[in-house]
Amino acid sequence: MSMEEKLNSQTSLDFKSSVLKPETEEQIADIIKRCYRKNIPLEIQGRNSKKNIGRNFQTQKILDLSNYSGIIKYEPEELYIKVKSGTPLKEIKEAIDKKNQQLAFEPIDFGPLFFGKSNEGTIGGVLACNFAGPRRFKYGSARDHLLGFKGVNGKGEIIKSGGTVVKNVTGYDLSKILTGSYGTLTVFTEVAIKVLPKPDSVKTLVIANPHLKKGLEYLSLALASSSDPSGAVFYPEFFSKEFTFNDLTNEGPFSAIRIEGSKLSIDERIKRLIQELKVDKKDVSILDPEQSHIFWENTTSLKVFSNLKGNLLRVVVPPSETFDVITKLKPFNVKYFIDWGGSLIWLQLDKLTANDLKRIKELILSFSGYLTVVKIEEGLKSSVDIFSIDEIRYKISEKIKESFDPKRILNPGKMYSGI
Amino acid sequence: MTNLQMPKVEQSILSMKDKIVSDFENILDSKNILFDDDEIRPYETDALAAYKQKPLIVVLPETVEQVSKILKYCNENKIKVVPRGAGTGLSGGSLPLADCVLLGMGKFNKILEIDYKNKCVVAQPCVTNLAITHAVQDNKFYYAPDPSSQLACSIGGNVAENSGGVHSLKYGATTNNLLGIQVVLMDGTITRFGGKTLDAEGYDLLGLMTGSEGLLGVITEVTVKILKSPEVAKAALIGFSNIEDAGRCVSEIIAKGIIPAGMEIMDKALTKATNDYCKAGYPVDAEAMMIVELDGTESEVNELINRVEEIAKKNKCSSVKISKSNEERLKFWAGRKAAFPACGDLAPDYMCMDGSIPKGKLAEVLKAIQKMSEKYQLPVANAFHAGDGNLHPLIMFNANDPEQMRKTEEFGSEILKYCVKVGGALTGEHGVGIEKRELMCEAFNDTDIQQQLDIKKALDPNSLLNPGKVYPILRKCAEEGRVHVHGGKTKFPDIPRF
Repeated sequence: MSMEEKLNSQTSLDFKSSVLKPETEEQIADIIKRCYRKNIPLEIQGRNSKKNIGRNFQTQKILDLSNYSGIIKYEPEELYIKVKSGTPLKEIKEAIDKKNQQLAFEPIDFGPLFFGKSNEGTIGGVLACNFAGPRRFKYGSARDHLLGFKGVNGKGEIIKSGGTVVKNVTGYDLSKILTGSYGTLTVFTEVAIKVLPKPDSVKTLVIANPHLKKGLEYLSLALASSSDPSGAVFYPEFFSKEFTFNDLTNEGPFSAIRIEGSKLSIDERIKRLIQELKVDKKDVSILDPEQSHIFWENTTSLKVFSNLKGNLLRVVVPPSETFDVITKLKPFNVKYFIDWGGSLIWLQLDKLTANDLKRIKELILSFSGYLTVVKIEEGLKSSVDIFSIDEIRYKISEKIKESFDPKRILNPGKMYSGI
Repeated sequence: MTNLQMPKVEQSILSMKDKIVSDFENILDSKNILFDDDEIRPYETDALAAYKQKPLIVVLPETVEQVSKILKYCNENKIKVVPRGAGTGLSGGSLPLADCVLLGMGKFNKILEIDYKNKCVVAQPCVTNLAITHAVQDNKFYYAPDPSSQLACSIGGNVAENSGGVHSLKYGATTNNLLGIQVVLMDGTITRFGGKTLDAEGYDLLGLMTGSEGLLGVITEVTVKILKSPEVAKAALIGFSNIEDAGRCVSEIIAKGIIPAGMEIMDKALTKATNDYCKAGYPVDAEAMMIVELDGTESEVNELINRVEEIAKKNKCSSVKISKSNEERLKFWAGRKAAFPACGDLAPDYMCMDGSIPKGKLAEVLKAIQKMSEKYQLPVANAFHAGDGNLHPLIMFNANDPEQMRKTEEFGSEILKYCVKVGGALTGEHGVGIEKRELMCEAFNDTDIQQQLDIKKALDPNSLLNPGKVYPILRKCAEEGRVHVHGGKTKFPDIPRF
């Protein structure tokens, strides 16, 4: 190996290798700088938990960040943890759990869907994809929890933005534009994530009812009530069967509303919520803290789609439109459940054609929503748009891409062709 | 900053004034085009009133199409544009340039839609922050971010500055409460980012625009989330005989898992000023005075406020009082809200700084500020949003004394540099504008700033939209959009004196 081929000093890496596993920020910058000079595209990888999401694309080399891992600083009282981007989410959760804190946005575990078992991936991947769980409407998404970062842009330059404090308006908020950019703009190296105290306790009000309309109404009323819920989902008949809990007294479709906080207040809030929703006592079950944890964890990890053979679409529409959207989707033979208090629809389609997908997309757009293809038959993948974008936003995105990654070497084509 | 350097004035543009006015008459009603000295004077400054500059022309468009045409025209003719909302910004973000068209958004002042089903409000950008809450409060909803200027500041300005408020630890700043915007780019393109849904797909252009201080686009419509008003709010008024105890109390409240809706600390100087000014009834002997507000359901608030009281006692508070009624709670806050005017009573002028610091560094930073105060021989009082680490030192001075003015600016810079040094930020909620522009190199190196300038270039290649703000102007670099920071070695390049 010539000196030229050796990467940055201490732990030299073989640049000839097709999979590059740097251990330091300098090495990451060095790799990208070389690729920039030589026009070599890179696929950015963590633990591959969300590799299947996004468009297929081919690169000469893979930048594997799984060896770039570790907690840099955790300050529970300052409500942040700073970690290397390749740190497994599990490790972060375990560390903050010891101080009774959590990532309030509930990153989605796509492991069960793609691999049949948990794989929460790395924090870098969580930020790159920006998927938040049931608490989204109350606490925000991954993008709301990234306080600041260091990263390497497509020229191999180390850049930073933000910091470790909650309030910071110094310069453009690059944390936002990078979160959800699927590694196409900058490779995160160090990220400072906001952490929050875990609630003392949790219970879940489950209301059995067979009708979607009523189910959605419960979610909407709960969110507009003063009971301050932190989760509101509806599982129709097909998926409701997947849930068996001791405290679940009714069978069939249900709405579930999570109430978190101090033990005393939870009971009072649930009691009042039952009154406000005017539900019949016989339709009500209340999951205790332990069962609640399991229920919401299963919801966050899309348990009902474990080992899914078919296709999974993620649809977000204004909650007022959800009922009509689902009604219009029925001819496509969909199975679904609803999260985010009525705004997020997870759609399972056992069979899908490119034409159907196009029609579904148009339908969702006509309701001012958007659709992301999460899992799709390999045969279809290259012939359909995974993400949707209009012409103006495409042009702007192209320019933004150019400002970070002028030679288009970072995950090229992962989101859109040409970006 | 006393000799603030702004982008070069283009004589060719100044000489085009009559033509520009007559061309604008094809775009908007002539009554909405102002160019006489008397007419444009109200637009010569924003709330950073020490800096004044009359624009060339003021336009007051009424429709998004007019905004688009104006921007397109200015882009084609290389005319600088400075957008302006309510003009309440504290960092000079709306300060005009002599050769600029000032785009006053004041006529965009209507709430377009109140959508309870989707829990959002669609408003034009010059609707005030508080007007949104007023529009929905009968149904027990409200808009969470509450900058102190909420009575007057515009929601579009809030988006441009990513405004916060005293409740941002629990409820977030503007960026966390915003669903969508309509925006016009410098080339006249009208587009929308976000809508009524969360986390729209693709690059988060909504997040990028928020807090971009009017440099990337002109906001013409805003959709914000509204929240159900908390059932009850209670506050504790707590005195401490030293600032360290107060700091420890803040840390312990957080460490015990309590996220208060608001947590404010005032130092002795500010407490005294406030008591003298409005008989706030704050503990006079306390070195630090703290207000902790909890909101939510009644049982939760009662439980938490008792825990806050216990923590305060454990941290050797000298006094503690829990509000017994909403009136009493508001009385606790009335003093805090009068704190800034109270400083106005103590000196002819005061400069309100806006840094962020890690909460645990409060005592250290306040002591350092006290030392600086002695060094510059200028009195200072401090207010601190303790929950989110946002520090507002108020430096008292006389603006008519040029030497004091100079010292005040130096003092302010030293405070902000100290904030950065301890791991904080240059600005928590007021924005960089012109005020902290030259300090950007404290927080960022050349590469960081260049990346930001490249984004600016992507959306506004001729750098015509609000130029001279946020990023330092160095030597000839402005036109090229490049920054030269002496390899990061000169910590504080004092540009205006070049």
